[in-house]
Amino acid sequence: MVLLGIQNTTLAVTAVITGAVLVFAALLIARLIGPRSFTQKKGETYECGIPTRGESMAQFHVGYYLFAILFLMFDVETVFLFPWAAIAKTIGSTALLAVGTFLFILVLGLAYAWKKGALRWK
Amino acid sequence: MFDFSVVTNWFNDLLIGVMPQWLATTIECVIVGALLLLAYTVLAMFYIMYERWVCAWFQCRRGPLRVGPWGSLQIFADVIKMLIKEVVGLWKTDNFLHKLAPYFVLIASVVVFACLPWGKGLQAIDFNIGIFFMTAVSSLGVVGILLAGWSSNSKYTMIGAMRSGAQMISYELSIGIAMLTIVCLAGTMSVTGLVEAQQNGWFIFTGHIPAIIAFIIYVIAATAETNRGPFDLPEAEHELTAGYHTEYSGIHFGFFYLAEYLNLFIVSGIATLLFLGGWMPLHVSGWDGFNAVMDYIPSTIWFLGKAILVSFIIIWFKWSFPRVRIDQMLALEWRYLMPIGLFNLVLMAIIVSMGWHFAG
Repeated sequence: MVLLGIQNTTLAVTAVITGAVLVFAALLIARLIGPRSFTQKKGETYECGIPTRGESMAQFHVGYYLFAILFLMFDVETVFLFPWAAIAKTIGSTALLAVGTFLFILVLGLAYAWKKGALRWK
Repeated sequence: MFDFSVVTNWFNDLLIGVMPQWLATTIECVIVGALLLLAYTVLAMFYIMYERWVCAWFQCRRGPLRVGPWGSLQIFADVIKMLIKEVVGLWKTDNFLHKLAPYFVLIASVVVFACLPWGKGLQAIDFNIGIFFMTAVSSLGVVGILLAGWSSNSKYTMIGAMRSGAQMISYELSIGIAMLTIVCLAGTMSVTGLVEAQQNGWFIFTGHIPAIIAFIIYVIAATAETNRGPFDLPEAEHELTAGYHTEYSGIHFGFFYLAEYLNLFIVSGIATLLFLGGWMPLHVSGWDGFNAVMDYIPSTIWFLGKAILVSFIIIWFKWSFPRVRIDQMLALEWRYLMPIGLFNLVLMAIIVSMGWHFAG
C-alpha cells in the first residue's frame, strides 16, 4: 500500500526534513526566548565541575575497536541473510541447506574469535 | 475495522480536483510532516510522564502530583523550562559536529517513527523492505551519539559515547537476528505484509518456540539499544556525570532526552509489529463473537496499547535489575544472546521449511 499515491522515497525524504525542522525550529525558539550571556568561565568544558586537565579528545580502550570489527562482520552477515529470510518460506529445504552452510562458516569465525579471547573484556 | 485509507484517498481526490498533481503532493507531504511532528512530540511528552508515573508506582511514591490534575501538566512546565534555558556555547568543542549530533539522533528516530504501522491504512513510509529500512536508519543514531561524545571535548562524554557505541552496535546484531527470525516465518520484509500475515494469529502464538525465544532476545536487546534499564552504563550518573550529553545544555540536551524516550516507543512499536500483530486485533480462531467484538476496537488503539504494554516491561527492567558492568554487558551479547539467536534462526528455518509452524 502506498499512502496517497506518493512515492515512498518522497515520504522518507519528508520524514528526514521533518526531523531536521524539529531540531531547527526548537533551537530557533530557544534562541529567541532563552537568555544569553557570555563570560570567560562559562565557555569552558563542564566535565565534572572542576577545570579540565590534559587532552580531552584522548585515546580510548582498544577493546572497543575490536568489538567494532566483530560487529562489522556480523552486521554484513545480517545484510546477506535478509533476502534469504524473505524467500525462505517459498524455496523450502534448499533454504535450510544454504543457511546451514553460510551460518556454519560464520560460527567458525565467532568460535575462533571466542577462542582467541576477543570476546573477553580486558 | 475502519480503514484510514478511505479518509486519505478522499482527501487526495479532493485536492487533485482543484489543483495540479505536484501542488497536491507538496501539500500532502507538508501535512504528513506536520502530523508526524505532532505525534512525535505528543508521544514523547506522554512517555516522559508515563515513565515517571510507572517509576513512582514501582517505588511506592506518588510521582508528579502538584501541577494540574494528577500532575498531568508537569510535562508542559518541563518543556517550557527546557526551552527558556540558555544554550551555552562552549569554546573548546568541535562546534560544527557538536551542533550536528542532535540532528543525526533526531532524524534517525523520526524516520523510523514514520515507518511504524499506526493503524489500518495509517502508515507514512511503507517500503517493500520496510523492516530492513528501519534497522538501517536506526543505526544512524549511533553516529549521532559518537559525534556528540567526541565533539564535546570532555573525557566523560568520550567514555560515555564509546560505551554507548559499543553497546548499541553489539545489541543491534541481536535485534537484527530476532527480526530475521520473524521475516523467515512471515516471508516478507514489508511492514504491511508483516501485519497482514498476522491476521489469524500473532507471530508470537503461531511461530512456535523460536518466536517466543526471539521475542525475549528482542526485548533484552531493545532495552540495551535504547540505553535504558540495567544497560544504562553510557550515562551512569555516579561515574560519568551524564554520559555523552554532559556538555549539552538547554534544548540541545532536550533533543537527546526526547530521542531517548521516543526510541523507547519505537523499539516497543517494532516489537509490537514483529511479534504482537501490529495493529491487528486479538483473534482466537473459532470464537467468532469474541473476534467480532475485538474488531470494534480501533486499530490505532490496538497498536498504541500493545506498544505501551511492551514499554511497561522495559521500564520494569529498570527497577528490577542492578546496572551491569561493561564486560558483563558485552559478554551477555556476544556469548549468550548472539549464539542463541543464530541457533534460534536455524531452528525457525527448520520449522518453516518443514511446515511445523501453526497455521496463520
